[in-house]
Amino acid sequence: MAAAATAARGGAQVVLLDEQPRPGGQIYRNITRNKTELTYLGGDYAKGMELATALDHPNISCRYGSTVWRIDDGPRVTFDQNGKSSSITAPHVLIATGAQERPTPFPGWTLPGVMPAGAAQILMKTSDLVPRNAVLAGTGPLLYLIASQMIDADNPPLAIVETQTTAMLLKSARHFPRAMLDRHAIFKGVAMLRKIRRAKVRRYVGASAFHAVSDKGRLSFHFKTQGKSHSVACDLVLTHQGVVPSTNLQRAAGLPMEWNPAQACWQPQKDDEGKTPVQGLWVAGDGAGVHGADAARAEGVIVANAILCRLHGLRPEIAPHVNAHALNHRFRARAIRPFLDAAYAPSPEIFSPPDGTVVCRCEEVTAGQVRQAISSGADGLRQVKAETRAGMGPCQGRMCGLTLTHLLSEQTGIPPDEIPALRARSPVKPVTLGALAELEIEE
Amino acid sequence: MQDSRFIRRVTDKALVSFTLDGETVVAQAGDTVAAALVAHNASPLRHTGLSGAPRTPYCMMGVCFECLVEINGRPNVQSCLIEVQDGMQVRRMHGFRKIEVRHG
Repeated sequence: MAAAATAARGGAQVVLLDEQPRPGGQIYRNITRNKTELTYLGGDYAKGMELATALDHPNISCRYGSTVWRIDDGPRVTFDQNGKSSSITAPHVLIATGAQERPTPFPGWTLPGVMPAGAAQILMKTSDLVPRNAVLAGTGPLLYLIASQMIDADNPPLAIVETQTTAMLLKSARHFPRAMLDRHAIFKGVAMLRKIRRAKVRRYVGASAFHAVSDKGRLSFHFKTQGKSHSVACDLVLTHQGVVPSTNLQRAAGLPMEWNPAQACWQPQKDDEGKTPVQGLWVAGDGAGVHGADAARAEGVIVANAILCRLHGLRPEIAPHVNAHALNHRFRARAIRPFLDAAYAPSPEIFSPPDGTVVCRCEEVTAGQVRQAISSGADGLRQVKAETRAGMGPCQGRMCGLTLTHLLSEQTGIPPDEIPALRARSPVKPVTLGALAELEIEE
Repeated sequence: MQDSRFIRRVTDKALVSFTLDGETVVAQAGDTVAAALVAHNASPLRHTGLSGAPRTPYCMMGVCFECLVEINGRPNVQSCLIEVQDGMQVRRMHGFRKIEVRHG
């Protein structure tokens, strides 16, 4: 959104292809309908209104409900809207796919009532639906944010079950001075924790052995802390282990990827201005590496200005000068990330679920079947996929790819960064043969 | 359990109605189809093709494909990406798609 508005103000013609029905991405989802109505969502959510309003510019053509399913050399972008596909070419294409919840496999994670915490938050934003009798389980500041929003909506969670340990928090302390560059975020975090304490929401830390069981739709959530077993009866288990870049489109477009060891995920290779090694393709925001909404907004401005310099025939060296303010903004917004990455690192359990746990939700492939395939010789994700069908379903590995990487690494000892990510191919989202047949390709 | 796992806060937003397998469901204007179904009740939206396990919408943002339904005759639509419209016809999809043999 920030990139489109910046580019349009700089005189570029912009086509914005957004898969969602309305602007806002996931962080500011549905902001143009909610405006400031849903006060329990908090002040940071309301900031999205300014971003969405800026899209109302004569140089921007917004096409919501458009799913990009292919990017070719040119670059040429092919997308589906209402079951009809078409192509556009442009000298510069910015891929801003955002982040998705990291897959969190544990026994019972496929049961009705278990869903990502971020998904529950989307339901609050799109439909004013507040989770009922919910347990928040996993790790990361998003759990505190959602808990605070639920408290303000008069439906506090039953408990917050966190996997990070006190030792991790202590170890992350060395990143704290840098994090103080973004004092707003630190103060917000402290205020959320205070609100959770005042609301008397039970918090467990250092939790492990997650396990959900369903009895006629009612859930019981089991876990352990310090060897002691606990169980909570609930209607919802809202999980979170951080977010990771959504990279299927980028990989299918041929962008080279790099492993982010601190966040245990893939992200596209890019320079400081979001330029990728592929001609005409740029990346920005959490889809290019997770740093949060404020950093993404600054990055949108940075990339758009770098593109504008090229469109207007200016020397690329000028861009950093134009971007001085945004670069400073991004530097501050990114400052808290090393602290968050260390304090709220994902639980090792989700990288190595028990044998009976489904890891590929689409094709219902268990961790045991994947381990079996690896022990019978599969030494890459492609072989695992061919052997087990994991990653072959409609989500195309979005929900299992990272888990497969970790399982393969665990079984073979190959570090994750040396295991090429699942190959993503176009169409990156299913399209009908009819839409393919009607596609007009201009030469 | 049948009741929704979510509480709908009372608002003055307009209501729309659509059908789910022929049964009328009332939703709030602006709901995605998946959100409207989650708000309607807690029953499974589909059963998996292989084991028949019950599933409900999961990621709500177009990633997981758990919320696939048939909308106005079009199968395999990600219902979390579509806003509900008055009079929409939504059908659940169960198991794998059957291959239809048409004669004549």
